[in-house]
Amino acid sequence: MTQLKKRMVQLEVLRYDPEKDKEPRFQSYTVECNEEWVVLDALTAVKETIDPTLNFRWSCHMAVCGSCGMMVNGEPKLSCHAFLRSYEGVIRVEPLANFPIERDLVTVADDFIDKLKRVKPYLIPKEKKSIAEGEYKQTPAQLMKYRQFSMCINCMLCYAACPEYGLQPKFIGPAAITLAHRYNQDSRDGGRNERQEVIATNEGVWECSFVGACSEVCPKAVDPASALQQVKVASTIDWFKEHLLPGGAK
Amino acid sequence: MSRKPFVREVSKTGWYLKHPRYMRYMSREVTCIPIGAFALLLVCAVERLAQGQQAWDSFVAALTGPWSFLGMAVVLAFSTYNATNWFNVTPKAMPVQTGEEFLDGKYIVGAHYAVWAVATLVVLFFAGVL
Amino acid sequence: MEIVNTDVVIIGAGGAGLRAAIALAETDPKLSVALISKVYPMRSHTCAAEGGAAGVIKKDDSFDLHFDDTVGGGDWLSDQDCVEYFVHEAPKELTQLEHWGCPWNREADGSVAVRPFGGMKKQRTWFAADKSGFHILHTLFQTTLQFPSIQRFDEYFALDLLVDDGRCQGVTAMEMRSGMIKQFHAKSVIICGGGAGRMFPFSTNGAIKTGDGMALAYRAGVPLKDMEFVQYHPTGLPNTGSLLTEACRGEGGVLLNKNGRRYLQDYGMGPETPLGKPQLKTMELGPRDRVSQAYWHELQKGNTVTTPWGECVMLDMRHLGEKYIDERLPLVRELGIAYLGVDIAKEAIPIRPVVHYMMGGISTNTKAATQLPGLFAAGECACVSLNGANRLGSNSLVELLVFGKSAALSAIAHMQGLPKPNTAALQARANESQARVRELFSRTDGTESMSGLRKEMMDTMEKNAGLYREEIGLKEAVAKLAELRQRYNKIVLHDKSNVFNTDLFQVLELGSMLDCAEALAVSALARKESRGAHQRLDYVERDDQTFLRHSMAFYQGLNAPRLDYLDVVITKSPPGVRDYSGDHK
Repeated sequence: MTQLKKRMVQLEVLRYDPEKDKEPRFQSYTVECNEEWVVLDALTAVKETIDPTLNFRWSCHMAVCGSCGMMVNGEPKLSCHAFLRSYEGVIRVEPLANFPIERDLVTVADDFIDKLKRVKPYLIPKEKKSIAEGEYKQTPAQLMKYRQFSMCINCMLCYAACPEYGLQPKFIGPAAITLAHRYNQDSRDGGRNERQEVIATNEGVWECSFVGACSEVCPKAVDPASALQQVKVASTIDWFKEHLLPGGAK
Repeated sequence: MSRKPFVREVSKTGWYLKHPRYMRYMSREVTCIPIGAFALLLVCAVERLAQGQQAWDSFVAALTGPWSFLGMAVVLAFSTYNATNWFNVTPKAMPVQTGEEFLDGKYIVGAHYAVWAVATLVVLFFAGVL
Repeated sequence: MEIVNTDVVIIGAGGAGLRAAIALAETDPKLSVALISKVYPMRSHTCAAEGGAAGVIKKDDSFDLHFDDTVGGGDWLSDQDCVEYFVHEAPKELTQLEHWGCPWNREADGSVAVRPFGGMKKQRTWFAADKSGFHILHTLFQTTLQFPSIQRFDEYFALDLLVDDGRCQGVTAMEMRSGMIKQFHAKSVIICGGGAGRMFPFSTNGAIKTGDGMALAYRAGVPLKDMEFVQYHPTGLPNTGSLLTEACRGEGGVLLNKNGRRYLQDYGMGPETPLGKPQLKTMELGPRDRVSQAYWHELQKGNTVTTPWGECVMLDMRHLGEKYIDERLPLVRELGIAYLGVDIAKEAIPIRPVVHYMMGGISTNTKAATQLPGLFAAGECACVSLNGANRLGSNSLVELLVFGKSAALSAIAHMQGLPKPNTAALQARANESQARVRELFSRTDGTESMSGLRKEMMDTMEKNAGLYREEIGLKEAVAKLAELRQRYNKIVLHDKSNVFNTDLFQVLELGSMLDCAEALAVSALARKESRGAHQRLDYVERDDQTFLRHSMAFYQGLNAPRLDYLDVVITKSPPGVRDYSGDHK
């Protein structure tokens, strides 16, 4: 049986204990890892064998729960999907950018949770239907229109990458607006106007200048940048219709 | 009780230096300066045109020369960079769905280049170059 | 200590907890609902379920067939009144989910599509690509956002139930980011805390699946039912244990040993079906317990493939074609490439059975009520029993919905005409709960390491309570777990911070797992038969005379649990033979 290759990995981790530290500081750990491990495995090994006081969120270890977002060498990554084989030398691990640090690698996610709620990310049906009447019909083509945007795992890597969000915290942000767009594009939904009031605003899409960093870091290829631009186009067309058509067609 | 969330400062002036992708973004955005300057030049041109033949001729004369040529070349380079960047991302803003598939982006981008080529030919024709 | 007064408190915000919350909000918007979870709801392990959710919709299908498949699949340990209720409710719940926006895969005409799944006679598994659990969870979570009556307490760790006057009236929970403990006083309490697969070293389960919900009820005197029945999912990645959905086999993937033989035909699931044309309820679409157990037998015979990650068998999906794989199994393809460097479109992928699901759990009836008035439970943490001795794939995602709703309706019914709570008594209970946690911080004579004890627990579970068990191993497990529970009281808490102290949470989680593990081992030792997922090398036959009953483990503090038995409810399907051969009638 071939042995799995081992590797000594040095991590530089940003620590912060609000009960002891005035500000965050780096701490270095050297731990033995398997070649095929991810950064999360290295952190777990540190916690189990070197420093039980290191704190970080994780759960599924298969890039679907969205818990383990953090900065790895300055890049927003899911630590369960950041393969050690992609890194040489010292690996710098910090909590997700643009969010306040609660403790060590754990950030305060409140702002994101609030914004998620604000955009009304739930189906507001165009027409009522009882359960007995069965499902709303939706063709595969209609499903494809929004499916990509429904894949968001709420990992917040896009917020960490977005420089607008970093400079202007009021920005509703990529994932939240993308989720609103997901419902806008759903053939069963009739709530677009309600959502536009929230997202087609200065704090919404118009804060976005299409840097595109969000789509570059998204681990699920949701392409939030695309969703936001589509919302801008739809919003612009709305504006013209409202101002140029008699009666302000909506 | 003992919480004290720490907010990391984001530099308002130097944030784009932190990552190559932000530098790429800024390089796209900075093209607005030469393009904006050229737009102002065109406004001047219209103004001179309105002032009569002599004003127009001296305007054109002022624009003849190596520095002017260099300036135009720079503007052309920046606006080409700007245009090609925006062409390439247009499929993101306006996806075309055909049945269950989405039209490959290259067709949408290609259409933009095609229109650009045609417009260029038209302008060159009216300028008497073609 | 701060008191949060609410009508209903729900512990756990995965599929079952969210469904219960919505049912409460829709039935009576004036009810206040406190939804507590130790993680943000989208992190709940429901998100990792892949394959789909079963509900009868096709014309050639029937409730009776779904009933028969489930009861047979459960090796006749399922309570048949519960299964009857479940199969009728299933399509309604799945349609309701669709009304809330769930992106189910569709047929060309726009109706919901179904796919074949293990142990099912007909195609009835609704699915959303290979991310069904993810979409169900997010649809439910996003739907809850429209109800102002649902107040969420995200990242709150539930500690102890508050019981007074023979009724469950609340729970204490710690706000994880501040260390502050709050008491929730409620008229009804619903536990939806999930399973406890992390007792084993190798599972598909995320870090959070540590049986805290089960332990909460168990310590309050509610029995844990059928804990010995642990499902091994036949196809997990050999290094991380990550789940490769049963749909791989449903869509036509085949299992091969080192000789390239589709070995399942040697274990009562033959004859071999044509490649790419799976036949329902046979060969690779046999039930999970049989398919996992076949691996074990191949291992004994030396027919497994040796890999750097251990002994495996091969799952071959190449014949499905790249396009079909990208349409139906995109997540699986991505997992294989990312974590194992294997592209399922181009090569067969090594896999092995991994712990996946607990059939057992908090004992409830079909109305999701436990024997403690005011306490209800739903989802994987509960044992109704729907799944009996072995769960069929795609029954559990629906189970969350059906019994999540059931629990909500029962919780409302319980609230009528309740006497006023004795707040002083509840506060006294809450103070005891707080003292228990604070003692960990002030302990000076600790000697044991949390990760050390956890490893010892996992080792004995893997060795002695795995796919195949026998008396000597189970006795060793029972003794070992009793010893670990004693040593647990001497654990050293290294991190003394109040702010998001994961050392503390892991210590508490270990306590839950040790309680669940001991209940499991004791129940397994006493069940001297082989049934479904519980296989004994020393008692290889099913014994309906003695064991057509549920094991009920009752908490006895630091002593081993007391065991009792509850008869299985048989209505229209007397115990028969589980026949997964292709030529069955």
